[in-house]
Amino acid sequence: MNAPISEDDLHAYADNRLDAARLTQVEAWLASHPEHRAQVDAWRSQSASLHRAYDAVLDQPVPARLMPPANQSRWFELRRVAFVAWLMLGTVIGFALRGEMPRETSPLAAASLPHMAAVAHAVYTPEVRHPVEVGADQEAHLVGWLSKRLGAQLKPPRLDEAGYRLVGGRLLPGERGEVAQFMYENAAKSRLTLYVQPQAAQAADASFRYANEKGIDVFYWIDERFGYALSGSTGREDMLRLATLVYRQRAP
Amino acid sequence: MSSRDAIVAEIPRLRRYARALTGQSDTADDLVQDTLERALEKWHLWQRAREVRPWLFSIMHNLHVDTRRRAGRIDYRDDDELAEVPQRSEAADGLELRDLDRALALLPTEQREVLLLVGLEELSYAEAARTLGIPQGTVMSRLSRARSRLQSILNGEAVPQLKVVKT
Repeated sequence: MNAPISEDDLHAYADNRLDAARLTQVEAWLASHPEHRAQVDAWRSQSASLHRAYDAVLDQPVPARLMPPANQSRWFELRRVAFVAWLMLGTVIGFALRGEMPRETSPLAAASLPHMAAVAHAVYTPEVRHPVEVGADQEAHLVGWLSKRLGAQLKPPRLDEAGYRLVGGRLLPGERGEVAQFMYENAAKSRLTLYVQPQAAQAADASFRYANEKGIDVFYWIDERFGYALSGSTGREDMLRLATLVYRQRAP
Repeated sequence: MSSRDAIVAEIPRLRRYARALTGQSDTADDLVQDTLERALEKWHLWQRAREVRPWLFSIMHNLHVDTRRRAGRIDYRDDDELAEVPQRSEAADGLELRDLDRALALLPTEQREVLLLVGLEELSYAEAARTLGIPQGTVMSRLSRARSRLQSILNGEAVPQLKVVKT
């Protein structure tokens, strides 16, 4: 029943990778094959000389240039700052050019809802330690607080069926006062944000609109008293599905 | 453990592998530095189920392949290109290091990688296969060739063929 001893077995023997049963068989076989025994010993001695030659590196102090900065990676931070600056530039240019453009009647165009939502998304989703002000573990407090500040009942929608759990929420300054942001995260650590902005009462435009702000997919719509914008980077199809899920929970 | 701590803990192992792989301390640390930058950028893509060490080695492997491809390097080094022997207390160790640097430089890179990942870094064959993105059977055949070739070189038996790597 013993499988014949292969060269792979001999390497595995030299590397201490055999299980106990196979180890016994290979040892017995090697006892009667001295030329292979010598071969295996030579391989082991190669590995031992590699250790003698290079293990000293393990004890050397690590050069300072190799140590990553204490907090997050600074390269990552710089990239993020540059990205947010780029988005903000769009806001500034848009504001400067506002007189040149024909005034649109849609409240969404005036409010630049998707743009503001994308900026807030880019700022807060990379946060490791402080992604939200109030965590989902204090949901009653979160709901009470944000509802009071925004002046209307506001409850974060559930996206658990799509694999996203609520991380929590925060209050942000918006163009017309206070704005709420809810954050969600899935098992793969991919994050979504829902930006909720109080709207002037006359606005009732429940159709979905889509914007891509520098790679961030944003679906936005107006529903009675609030403008909503769901931002993420999981692709347009996926975002539409998630936005639909959010929207369904707002409808009575 | 934070991402930084988990990665920092692996730096000595990365330096050892890079040193043996490239044969030169400065080149090795450049490679380690690039690997760390890439790893921190990609940390959010790393899945917890995977071991951090093979993941870091695979990043290093890819960067090393890229660097060599860009340089269009010939797979051979002159003696004077080989590393200076660091000051060590025992001269015998220094000689062994020099001999091994020379011998490893004469192995094709793909054989050297397998030999070092298995013999020095003690990765399992499956981990080495994942690290290099090759089947485990290929790991075994490269390991076999690398070991017999290294043995020949160290015994002074073979005059190694110089192999030009196309860009």
